Amino acid sequence: MFATNPFAAMTAMLPANAMQIYVVLAVLAVVAGVVYDMAHKGSAKYFFANWRKTKAKASQPVGGGEMVSIAIKTGVVDVLASGEFCNMRRRIAHLLTMYGFLLYVGTTALMIFGYPTAATPTPAIVAQLWWLGGLMVCAGGYWFWFFIRVDVAAEGGSPWRLMRADLFVLSLVISVTLGLLWATLQARSSAVATAFFGLYIIATTVLFGSVAWSKFAHMFFKPAAAFEKRVSKANGTAENLPTQTRDDPEQQKRHSMELLRDAPMDMGLGIKREAPRHY
Amino acid sequence: MPTFVHMTRCDGCGHCVDICPSDIMHIDKTYRRAYNIEPSMCWECYSCVKACPQNAIDVRGYADFAPLGHSVRVQRDEQKGTIAWKVKFRNGTEKNFLSPITTKPWGTAIPKLADVPGPSQEMRDSQLLYSEPKYIRIDDGGLHTLKSNGLKMTKGVVY
Repeated sequence: MFATNPFAAMTAMLPANAMQIYVVLAVLAVVAGVVYDMAHKGSAKYFFANWRKTKAKASQPVGGGEMVSIAIKTGVVDVLASGEFCNMRRRIAHLLTMYGFLLYVGTTALMIFGYPTAATPTPAIVAQLWWLGGLMVCAGGYWFWFFIRVDVAAEGGSPWRLMRADLFVLSLVISVTLGLLWATLQARSSAVATAFFGLYIIATTVLFGSVAWSKFAHMFFKPAAAFEKRVSKANGTAENLPTQTRDDPEQQKRHSMELLRDAPMDMGLGIKREAPRHY
Repeated sequence: MPTFVHMTRCDGCGHCVDICPSDIMHIDKTYRRAYNIEPSMCWECYSCVKACPQNAIDVRGYADFAPLGHSVRVQRDEQKGTIAWKVKFRNGTEKNFLSPITTKPWGTAIPKLADVPGPSQEMRDSQLLYSEPKYIRIDDGGLHTLKSNGLKMTKGVVY
């Protein structure tokens, strides 16, 4: 079951071309949804206006080399390692879901375009990675859904209460769950496998068709915001935030720092000693 | 003006909701990001601004105490035990402040209430607040008054 391509087995019922066209339409839906979302919210307009403003106020210009270094840091820390999250559980759940999704989507596309029929046998590793990706999405997604999200963990809300913010996570985990269930049932030649395939297609269509209304587009604007934040720190504007710190020897001489003269540089966690669960 | 949240910075962690003394910082039900539900009830205490780990919350001070176009931003670095303020006026003038928030490691100066024995029935029936007798020394010879201390009120200015 874990070593076979579930999409190739479907070609007896559905032509491989139809599945390939569906994937292309899904990609186009994502592009159109993101463009609509950016135009509707004016996020790109806001980003570039802010970019120009920050550049004009910069006290130390950022060169091309430094810009590349900042882009690499953003990519490695903020994107690949989800460095933005201060809550470690959320970070792990996000990493599981993110890498699971990339693995799942990548192997789905590979199986549909690279090995569409039984005549082109799929390497076992591709199908196994598809399963692994799907299970990672389920682990991260359900963990977040039932235990981590703020309205359940902190506000004590029911995990079954649905709202628009849930559209992305919920359609993602349901789509992947149905995909895995369909593959399991198909491998066992179950009579209801086709029905589950239909449900899988509906959930997947909701996932990719709702990009304009869900938070799917965060995977594009969040890295842009993280990059802008790093650039503003490098060029001295730092979004008008204070940049003076105690570890600067000049600042240590300040009269106000007298009380901390002998104090350790790491005083421990303050309000972050406890999770924010008191409301 | 009251607090406002930069949506692209907020990650919905809930620290502002937890700390707001007015209970007006909430998580938006549509976007799951923090927002101020009742700006007119915000007294600009800056608690949420300081607590936000992403620096996603900002405040614009009222024009009667801060000139329009200014910016007042704060960075609370708990690990270093400092709080830094940067005031920027619209003519470009900047003022920077750096002060200690604590001189002891966090948590060491907080009484461990779980280790304190619970109040007796007599204490519960009393009109005094928790640990109140300790501070006004009512258990040490009764309330301290001018009379009990042998003092007299004198009219006029006394040098």
